[in-house]
Amino acid sequence: MACDAWREKLDAYVDGELPSSEAAAMGKHLRECTDCAADALERVQMKRAVAVAGKRYQPSLALREKVQRSIAGRPRREKAWVWRIVALPAALVMLLSLAVGLYVDREITRRQRVYSELADLHVATLASGSPVDVVSTDRHTVKPWFQGKIPFSFNLPELQGTDFTLAGGRVSYLAQSPGAHLIYRLRQHEISVFIFQDRGEETAVSASGPVSTMSFTVESWTKNGLRYFVVGDVGAQDVERLSKLLRDAG
Amino acid sequence: MPDRRLPAATFEELALPLFDQLYNFAHWLTHDATEAEDLVQETYTKALRGFSGFQIGTNFRAWIFRILRNTFLTSRTGLKSTAFEDDEIEAVASTHPTPEAILIQQADRETVQQALTEMAVPFREILLLCEVEEMSYEEIAQVLAIPIGTVMSRLYRARKALRTLLLEKFKGGPSGV
Repeated sequence: MACDAWREKLDAYVDGELPSSEAAAMGKHLRECTDCAADALERVQMKRAVAVAGKRYQPSLALREKVQRSIAGRPRREKAWVWRIVALPAALVMLLSLAVGLYVDREITRRQRVYSELADLHVATLASGSPVDVVSTDRHTVKPWFQGKIPFSFNLPELQGTDFTLAGGRVSYLAQSPGAHLIYRLRQHEISVFIFQDRGEETAVSASGPVSTMSFTVESWTKNGLRYFVVGDVGAQDVERLSKLLRDAG
Repeated sequence: MPDRRLPAATFEELALPLFDQLYNFAHWLTHDATEAEDLVQETYTKALRGFSGFQIGTNFRAWIFRILRNTFLTSRTGLKSTAFEDDEIEAVASTHPTPEAILIQQADRETVQQALTEMAVPFREILLLCEVEEMSYEEIAQVLAIPIGTVMSRLYRARKALRTLLLEKFKGGPSGV
């Protein structure tokens, strides 16, 4: 049966492991074949069910402290303390709001919560007098600015030949962890790109294409241990275009 | 897959953000809070000791998960989890959506957790790495120290086993593999 060849690749497809050319062909096939589409849907739902069920155990605070003590005090760059001082109060607030949030609803609204938090950050940043701390349209200026301010590094795309421009960046926090907040311009719109370390638990949301939430379009994915979010009041197509540029930049 | 972190990143900066995930994984492997705590602590100690041997630019997450898993395998509980042979990949079973498949789709969180608990360790761990940790096949291959082809076939069998277990639960049949 002709579909057998497709089915063999269905797992790799839903795991995001098919090369893009094959994935495109698969996408086309799934739009035409209801049997395979139903099969793909079942696999995606199974993945989702395991992802939800698998996040089950929380470590105790005592263990966290014990481990933290055992590895703390190793030589570190002086600069790193700067963001720690800033991060601590922010982290405490985040921790409290997270703890409350976790009680309210663990799974169903988690994605919504992360997205609203990011949407709030996006709006608050644009409303502030100085939305960016490093003002530059040059990715080669913006990227190194983050060095020492956040515990990871990332690549930014070349925008020449596209209608996006980079406005600048700032350090942002999501669920106690520092990350990069970049602002891009498209026509009259501003789009926020957030990059955090992928912590699984708090920041995990299923990456299933752009989602509209409270008049914003959000897209999220993970790559190389980093979790990306693109938030903007532009259409899904524009968000997807910028997301693709970012994905390809790595 | 390169893990583009700062060359100067300290162990703490790399390892601490993974604490919750490592604990969750450890608890799933051991099925016991105390053992999971010991396992996580030992993992951090070993990783810190071996950090100088960690190659910057390679994947830290896969590296530390691998340490945790190897530590588990040499523990008392780990040794009891039976040795495992990867078979040749079977012919892809036809999984046309049946009424059973639709039931599986409605499996609640607790049922799925129960099924995962009952699974053999090699199946449970690969599902957790793939679905919960959202690791790529390449990363999973590093953690489990197996070729990518084996990752794919084991994942296939793990998913099939999970489906079977869930189906049994819906039919009210005997639980356990």
